[in-house]
Amino acid sequence: MANLKRTSLYAPGTNPSFMATVPFFNEDCIVYDLEDAVAISEKDAARFMVYNTVRYHRPKDKYVLIRVNGLDSEFLDDDLECAVRARPDAIRLPKVEFPEQVKKVDERITEIEKAAGIEVGKTKLWCNCESYWGALNCQAICEASPRVEAMAIGAEDYTASMRATRTKEGKEIEYVRNMVLMGCRAAGVEALDVVFSDINDTEGLIRDTQYSKTLGFDGKTVVNPRQIDTVNSIFAPSAKEIKYAKRVMAAIEDGRRRGVGAVTLDGSMIDKPMERRAETTLAQAKAAGIKID
Amino acid sequence: MELKKPAVAGTVESCDCQVSIFPNPGQGLDVSVESNVKAIFGDSIIESTKDELAKHGVKDAIVQINDKGAFDWIIRARVACAAYRAAEQKFNWKEVE
Repeated sequence: MANLKRTSLYAPGTNPSFMATVPFFNEDCIVYDLEDAVAISEKDAARFMVYNTVRYHRPKDKYVLIRVNGLDSEFLDDDLECAVRARPDAIRLPKVEFPEQVKKVDERITEIEKAAGIEVGKTKLWCNCESYWGALNCQAICEASPRVEAMAIGAEDYTASMRATRTKEGKEIEYVRNMVLMGCRAAGVEALDVVFSDINDTEGLIRDTQYSKTLGFDGKTVVNPRQIDTVNSIFAPSAKEIKYAKRVMAAIEDGRRRGVGAVTLDGSMIDKPMERRAETTLAQAKAAGIKID
Repeated sequence: MELKKPAVAGTVESCDCQVSIFPNPGQGLDVSVESNVKAIFGDSIIESTKDELAKHGVKDAIVQINDKGAFDWIIRARVACAAYRAAEQKFNWKEVE
């Protein structure tokens, strides 16, 4: 939980102006894109651009990802060779539907890491859930490889696969949100919520992000830099949450000192999930640069 | 690497550069730059271009760079891409460290 994943912003792999600008925003994660944002005729160019950027001019203090083309695409193999050798923190896989797909990519990445002299296992994976198959198999997908660090929902493709209508309110994605959250929590990986597409509706973004946080998500993909600060502030722990987490940890510490097995706080017993939540809150606060001492 | 046809990579948008490359059999490298910052960075753009071409084994080429304020690593990416397009070859990513 040391790395915050409150916000992920895509940078198209053939847009040097945006690629040069993106490190200066406050997003936690940058996703250099080889997939949807790149025309088919420019895939070769995007690989050179993304490789040079990530390998030699990697933004500091950011979690860096490269999104590769689809798992059944003719571009995947070259994308993986390029992306792994660029040494990002993680590779983002679009439209993952079955755990076998992740296992195959894991094996391929291991081969490339060995050939390139990169520590095996260093390249992590984020899987995008963008269809009903992805939702149905999300826990198995997350458990398919120890490389998987997070799963994110792609609502547009998901609703298309469901023949549902995408709305701002988001009732049509209620189920997939909960499925992915449960799958991620069961597998112990982070869960990232859908984008909020209307960049001019700040109130809507606040509502949607607060709802994401209430459900339990760890962050959200953003479509525009102007959404970053709003989403970051909502996903950062509040002063009240930090204060409570500190009290929980202090009570546990006090119990340990006194050799007491069951510890209570405000009349309620502190169980393991409460302890874990408090630890997570403090780690998030620390990673967000919030002073907690 | 032998160039077989003219090729282009990049754009003339801000922070980018457009690299046009042509075969120049047996005549070595001829690199020219058009840029608003040519007086300051022209020599370094030419040096990076030649260095990038050498990395990919291109010895004979005419290269025209229309620079719009691209960083060095962007220029290098555009040059490499144009060269492989001109050579009608796919870059082998396995060769990269």
